[in-house]
Amino acid sequence: MTRGVRLILDRIGHAWGELSVLEDIRLTAEPGEVMAVIGPSGCGKSTLLNIAGGLLAPSAGAVRMSGAIADDCLNPLTYVFQDFSLLPWRTVRANIDFVLERLPAAERAARVAEVLALTGLSDFAGAWPKELSGGMKQRVGIARALAVRPACLLMDEPLSALDAQTRDLLLDEFAALIARARTTTLYVTHNLAEAVRLGHQIVVLSRRPGRVREVFRLDRPLLERSADDPEAKALEKTLWRMIRDDAAVAERERAHGPN
Amino acid sequence: MAQIEGPVRFRGGGFSPRNRWIAGTATLLALLAVWQAGAAAGVIPTLFLPSPAAIAATLWRLIETGVLWRHLSASLARLGVGWVLGTVFGVATGLAAGLWSATRSPVAAVVAALFPIPKIALVPLFIVWFGIGEGSKIATLGFGVFFPTVIATMGGVDNVPRGLIRMGQSFGLSTFAIVRSIVLPGAAPAILSGFRVTSSIAIVLLVAAEMIGAENGIGAFVLSAGNLYDTDALMSGIVVLSLLGLTVSGAIGGVERVLLRWR
Repeated sequence: MTRGVRLILDRIGHAWGELSVLEDIRLTAEPGEVMAVIGPSGCGKSTLLNIAGGLLAPSAGAVRMSGAIADDCLNPLTYVFQDFSLLPWRTVRANIDFVLERLPAAERAARVAEVLALTGLSDFAGAWPKELSGGMKQRVGIARALAVRPACLLMDEPLSALDAQTRDLLLDEFAALIARARTTTLYVTHNLAEAVRLGHQIVVLSRRPGRVREVFRLDRPLLERSADDPEAKALEKTLWRMIRDDAAVAERERAHGPN
Repeated sequence: MAQIEGPVRFRGGGFSPRNRWIAGTATLLALLAVWQAGAAAGVIPTLFLPSPAAIAATLWRLIETGVLWRHLSASLARLGVGWVLGTVFGVATGLAAGLWSATRSPVAAVVAALFPIPKIALVPLFIVWFGIGEGSKIATLGFGVFFPTVIATMGGVDNVPRGLIRMGQSFGLSTFAIVRSIVLPGAAPAILSGFRVTSSIAIVLLVAAEMIGAENGIGAFVLSAGNLYDTDALMSGIVVLSLLGLTVSGAIGGVERVLLRWR
């Protein structure tokens, strides 16, 4: 049974002053599934995630959750950040512990130990963030997120700050962890391989202002997928064909401004 | 076209000075030796600058007779109370200014208007307000410590990465928890750097305030020794002030090593 809830993005629009970045986004992330959101740079992917997580008020529309939240869930909508967002003055253990402050000490310690074991960090519990590699830091980021037993994980390009080898290794770990946690996941990325590896729904946004161009569906369970799967490779090519022109225009706009 | 053959010349290295405590100690000892030799040879007139040995002997006599402790304890009490008051109010005000729009501009305006005033110039005013006793001296210290602490704390809060605060919010932490677990530790390096500055300022203001109106205290002792041309005692007082500054700086360094060991 899933722990996840249905996350509904209902006619979301957003503008930074005069600049419209998102228009009429209507999406539903189904319980226990991963919705991967891709699109060219500047299309409003991260803005959409911040709106979904309640960190940014949308200019139009609303975000709703629907479903039962488990009793042990401390934070239904929980982020995993691109830059890890670890507190450098806390050890790995303390970085996880501090988001559990509402729990009694014994339960806190048990949850910390559980997620450290789950992410292979048990031997690094006393390490400072500065002593960890990028991949290890992101493992702490996901351990911290899983510790609050979320109903929905919001992942903002969690692998983009890592080198290619670490990214591949962590991608497999993410697939296993997400499948085990059975949460709903909104996964924003610019990497098509990540989207295809993890997404049950793959949402393609247009360049700014971001609109939903198409939603693809992949029903194969996460643990049965592999990077070499021909179906996945074919979908990756299709996605690239779809966004290539938008990506090129977005890149030129980044260099010269939108005009 | 020029022909070239031979090893590549090393061009790296340098620009990474290292601390060698032996060199530092040796330099100080050498200076003391030259000073002592100059005084013994009559090159340095001891009425104006007594020899290190004479200063040490006087300092020992002051310790033995309890005179030093009488003055030092009075100074330490003023320094402690004044610095703690200025620091507590300064950190609280700096935090408020760093965290909330409602307090930011008013605090910034008051700091901009009052910080540049030389605090020593306010000692006579504080004597009028708080009397010639302890009140005026503690107020001088507290006032002098308050403003740099506000500035350091405010700057420290401003420099806490906003991404970390958003992370705290995204986990549903209360404002109090975010301030306690993210803002304060994030601002701690700047606040502790501020402590180094304010402790030096506090010692300067302590001596100035004690010179203007006090019977006890290292500042009063130094002034009275100067009036009597007792340069041995005067220099002993200065040595005590120097040691006081070193001790305070060492204590802050120790606190930094413990609190900022994550860096």
